[in-house]
Amino acid sequence: MTEALQNLGDYVAAAFPDDVTGHSIGHGELMLSVKRDAAIRVLGFLRDDPKCLFQVLVDLCGVDYPDRAERFDVVYNLLSIKLNLRIRVKVTTDEQSAVPSATGIFSAAGWFEREAWDLYGIYFADHPDLRRILTDYGFEGHPLRKDFPLTGYVEVRYDEEQKRVVYEPVKLKQEFRSFDFMSPWEGMNHILPGDEKAAKPEAKPEGSK
Amino acid sequence: MSADGSDVPAPSADALIKSFTMNFGPQHPAAHGVLRLVLEMDGEVVERADPHIGLLHRGTEKLIEYKTFLQAVPYFDRLDYVSPMCQEHAYALAVEKLLGIDPPPRAKMIRVLFSEITRILNHLLNLTAFALDVGAITPLLWGFEEREKLMEFYERVSGARLHSAYFRPGGVQQDMPAGMMDDISGFIDQFPARIDDLEHLLTENRIFKQRTVDIGIVSAKDALDWGFSGPMLRGSGVPWDLRKAQPYDSYEEMDFDIPIGKNGDCWDRYLVRFEEMRQSLRIMKQAIEKMPGGPVRINDRKVMPPSRGEMKNSMEALIHHFKLYTEGYHVPAGETYTAVEAPKGEFGVYLVADGGNKPYRCKIRAPGFAFLQGLDYMSRGHMLADVVAIIGSMDIVFGEVDR
Repeated sequence: MTEALQNLGDYVAAAFPDDVTGHSIGHGELMLSVKRDAAIRVLGFLRDDPKCLFQVLVDLCGVDYPDRAERFDVVYNLLSIKLNLRIRVKVTTDEQSAVPSATGIFSAAGWFEREAWDLYGIYFADHPDLRRILTDYGFEGHPLRKDFPLTGYVEVRYDEEQKRVVYEPVKLKQEFRSFDFMSPWEGMNHILPGDEKAAKPEAKPEGSK
Repeated sequence: MSADGSDVPAPSADALIKSFTMNFGPQHPAAHGVLRLVLEMDGEVVERADPHIGLLHRGTEKLIEYKTFLQAVPYFDRLDYVSPMCQEHAYALAVEKLLGIDPPPRAKMIRVLFSEITRILNHLLNLTAFALDVGAITPLLWGFEEREKLMEFYERVSGARLHSAYFRPGGVQQDMPAGMMDDISGFIDQFPARIDDLEHLLTENRIFKQRTVDIGIVSAKDALDWGFSGPMLRGSGVPWDLRKAQPYDSYEEMDFDIPIGKNGDCWDRYLVRFEEMRQSLRIMKQAIEKMPGGPVRINDRKVMPPSRGEMKNSMEALIHHFKLYTEGYHVPAGETYTAVEAPKGEFGVYLVADGGNKPYRCKIRAPGFAFLQGLDYMSRGHMLADVVAIIGSMDIVFGEVDR
């Protein structure tokens, strides 16, 4: 199976020498990195080429890497029923750049792209109906971004006086606790959070004693 | 709009009939939960269906990013809450793939056995609730009696009837109690008669057929285009089942058939699900016959905790237990898309690990999400009452659609 995937990866990379920036196999799964502007061409090729026939868009999702120049990955998971193989196509983007919509190739892409837009703020050009899908009506922000807090910004409750549901800034009874599990016996750098004083004696200039 | 012979005045020739929009749900019993459907109607004919989902959105994927790999397991029970174990299965397989571990054979067989119990559990609810949607009450009552027996098996094996958290990365949580397999065998013996009873009530029932035959037809090509899977795809005549095509755990050893439909309408999907229950019984029977002995968890203390008894005597075991339930295990950096054939269709987990003790990203690919997206395409040109039948035949559960 790995051999078939390797051949397939080479085949697609050879068909698009300029657009496919890399392909690799990890955990028995084939991954293709594609330039953003070429995504539609490559996806169309993968669907229609007789050696591929990836006719099912199983899944499309975003992934956020805030430290990168182009922080988002858009990941397409395709399935070929003819070949009984899966392939993963990846495209990178940032907050501003639009990814061409795959709705023209796979009808299934519509809602998955809406979801990526809703949760990550990834913009898809030429999408026929790019609305929010999972979050509340009038929601602000993109909750699955790494810089969006887990607790969110607003909470709702029913107000007995106004006889309606009101939005309020979130108030936590207890601060959100994020535990740090750095352990001293697994090759860490010997810096414990809150233990910065340990470094001080070294920082002192010599002879100041 | 007005039928012949009614006393409603017929509209004059130049009167313009405007289509109107109608809200269906979110508090409608046939909406299977919290579906809000905005229907654009021309009389009683649906012109456009716009499902508004997300009313049950709980941010599962975000929460999982803040939990250790083990703490993420119970979230999977709460997605599709009528087939919990199959979803844990997908997650457990994904984590095992990233960790590069292989659970012992007995654990694999138990997983197969309980995946099939889950399938029956799911189909019993879906088929009978579908029948209720189109006007038959009795099947639901009969179906729930059988579901109760299956949920007792759940409770005996995991301690919980619904949210079992039983399949864990590295095996299953604990071994089955003594005598359990005999009781499951007893169930396998008596259940076919119940299936027959249900079929007598429904399958050739005139009203039921009028409501379902030739309703919501999906061609094989469109089913693929819309990303359908499971009975929605097989009902359209595509013999595709991940248990056969990409077998996981012990499914390779199992002998079973994949039922497929012919026309891709609501009735075919119903028939496919009925036959799948019979096939599930076949698999369960084989799983019990072939059930190997041995441990049910991988013997790796860095992933699975030591036994209670060991902890009383060994300091090392105690440390392992403490570390596993506070810090959890670190999963090497990597990513995988792992899917299982859940009762509703392909349930996949796209898991990205960055080497830490928490998933970096866990995308849950729910089959119902793709089905509901196709509702607009399936219901165009149908009557309002057919929309109910189509939703019923899709097997929608909002826990997984909204996540």
